[in-house]
Amino acid sequence: MDLASRLRAGDAAALARAITLVENSDAGARRLLSELYPHTGRARVIGITGPPGVGKSTLTDQLAVEFRSEGGLVGVVAVDPTSPFTGGAILGDRVRMTRGAGDPGVFIRSLATRGQLGGLSRATGDVIKLMDAGGRDVILVETVGAGQAEIDIMHYAHSTLVVVAPGLGDEIQAIKAGIMEIGHVFVVNKADRDGADRTAAELEMMLEMAPDRDPGAWRPPVIRTVARDGSGVSEVRRQADAHWAYLKREGGLEEGRRRRAASELAAMAGSLAERHLLEWARISGAWNRVLDQVTERQVDPYGGAEVLFREYREAALLSRTPGNAGGREEL
Amino acid sequence: MGKIIRVLVAKPGLDSHDRGAKVVARAYRDAGMEVIYTGLHQTPEQVAEAVVQEDADVLAISILSGAHEVLVPRMVELLRRRGRGDVLVLVGGVVPDDDVPALLQAGVARVFGPGSRLDEIVEFTRRAVEGSG
Ligand SMILES: Nc1nc2c(ncn2[C@@H]2O[C@H](COP(=O)(O)OP(=O)(O)O)[C@@H](O)[C@H]2O)c(=O)[nH]1
Ligand SMILES: [Mg+2]
Repeated sequence: MDLASRLRAGDAAALARAITLVENSDAGARRLLSELYPHTGRARVIGITGPPGVGKSTLTDQLAVEFRSEGGLVGVVAVDPTSPFTGGAILGDRVRMTRGAGDPGVFIRSLATRGQLGGLSRATGDVIKLMDAGGRDVILVETVGAGQAEIDIMHYAHSTLVVVAPGLGDEIQAIKAGIMEIGHVFVVNKADRDGADRTAAELEMMLEMAPDRDPGAWRPPVIRTVARDGSGVSEVRRQADAHWAYLKREGGLEEGRRRRAASELAAMAGSLAERHLLEWARISGAWNRVLDQVTERQVDPYGGAEVLFREYREAALLSRTPGNAGGREEL
Repeated sequence: MGKIIRVLVAKPGLDSHDRGAKVVARAYRDAGMEVIYTGLHQTPEQVAEAVVQEDADVLAISILSGAHEVLVPRMVELLRRRGRGDVLVLVGGVVPDDDVPALLQAGVARVFGPGSRLDEIVEFTRRAVEGSG
C-alpha cells in the first residue's frame, strides 16, 4: 500500500512519516497533500494557547484522555520554538503528556517552529490535515508564546482555549492586548495556587469590557482548573463542546470552513505570484536594473516594485500572443 | 528546506534523575537537531510508540539503573515490530563492559560510557544518520 492509503487506514507510522515529509517540504509532500485533501475537513480542531509554563501541555494531556473516553481518536500537535542560534530545538511537551502517551489512540507529534515567526510551525495547517485524513476525530494544537502565535491558531482551530495561571503579573496585560478577542474558553490553571480567584476575576472583568456582542453571541466562560490532578478539566471539555454546538447551531462551522479555505487560498496564491514574479525578474535582468535604481535612491522600493510588476505583466501578456507562442514559455 | 535530524531522548526505568539525558539533549540541539524529550519512567512500549509518532531518526536511551539488559532489547524489538527497525539506537550511561556486546548484538549501534565526549556522541550520530540516509 502507498503512504496515502496506509495513512487513511490509520497506520501511525505512515501518518508520522507523512508529517516529516510535509515538515521538510519534501518533493512528494505536495502530491500527498492534494491526494488527501478531499478526505479532510472532518476533524474538530481545538487550539490551546497561552504563556509558557502555565500548564498547557498538562491540560492538553488531560483533555486528550477526556476525549478518548468516548472512543474517538485524538491527535495532539505540540509546537515549541526552534533556537534561532542553532536551528535545533528541545521539544519537551511530551514530558507532561504521560497519560495520553500510553495510549496509541492518542497520536502526539512535537513540532519545532523552524524559523517561522509567530510561534506556529509553517507546517501546522498541513499537519492538522494529515491527522484529519488519518482519522483523528479531535485534534488538539498546543502553541506557546504571547502575541502573534495565538492569533495564528485562529486560522486553524474551531475553538481556542486561552490558558493562564496566577502570578503572571504583566503577562495578563499582554494577553489582554493580544488575545482576549480570540479565546472562546478561558482557563485559569494552577487553581491550587494563591491568586487564582483574582486572576479569574481580572479576566472576567476584561471580558465584560469587551465590545458589545450580539445577543445570543458566544460568551467566553472563565474556568478554574488544576490540570495536574485533573480537576476542572471536564468542565473545560463541557464548555468546548458547548462552543462547538454553538458553531453548528449558528452556522459558524460553514462560515469558518470558507474563511479558512479563503485564507489558505490567499496565502498560496500570494506565494505563487511572488515566486513567479521574482523568478522572472531575476532571469530577465529586470531585478538587477531596478535594484540598482533603488539602491541609488533614484526610485523608492514601492515604485521599484511597481515597475517590476508592470514589466512582468507586459511580458506575460506578450508571451501569450499567437505570434509569440512558445517563445517565452518560462514566463 | 532540508532534512533535520530528529532524536528522541528516553529515560526508561526507575531512575529518578535525568541530568545526563538533559546534557545530551542540549548538545544535540546545539548541533542543530530537534530533540524530543520524553521525561522519566517511560515503559519500553511508551518509548517505542513515541519514536513511531515522532518519526525519530535516532533513539538515545539514557540509563543508570542497570535495567538495560531487559529494557533495551525490548525497545529494539518493539521498534522492529512497528516497522522502525531502521532507527539508530544509542545507549548512554553506566553499562558494565561485559554487557556491551549483548547490547550491540541486540541492535544497539553504540554504547557511550560516562566519560564520553559530547562532540563525539553528536558526530557519531550525525554520521550514522546521514550515512544511512
Ligand atoms: N501547581 C500546579 N502546577 C501545575 C498545574 N498544571 C501544571 N503544572 C506544572 O506546571 C509546569 C509547567 O507545565 P506545562 O504543562 O509544561 O506548561 P506549558 O509550558 O504551558 O505547556 C509543570 O511543572 C507542571 O507540572 C497545576 O494545576 N497546578
Ligand atoms: Mg508545553
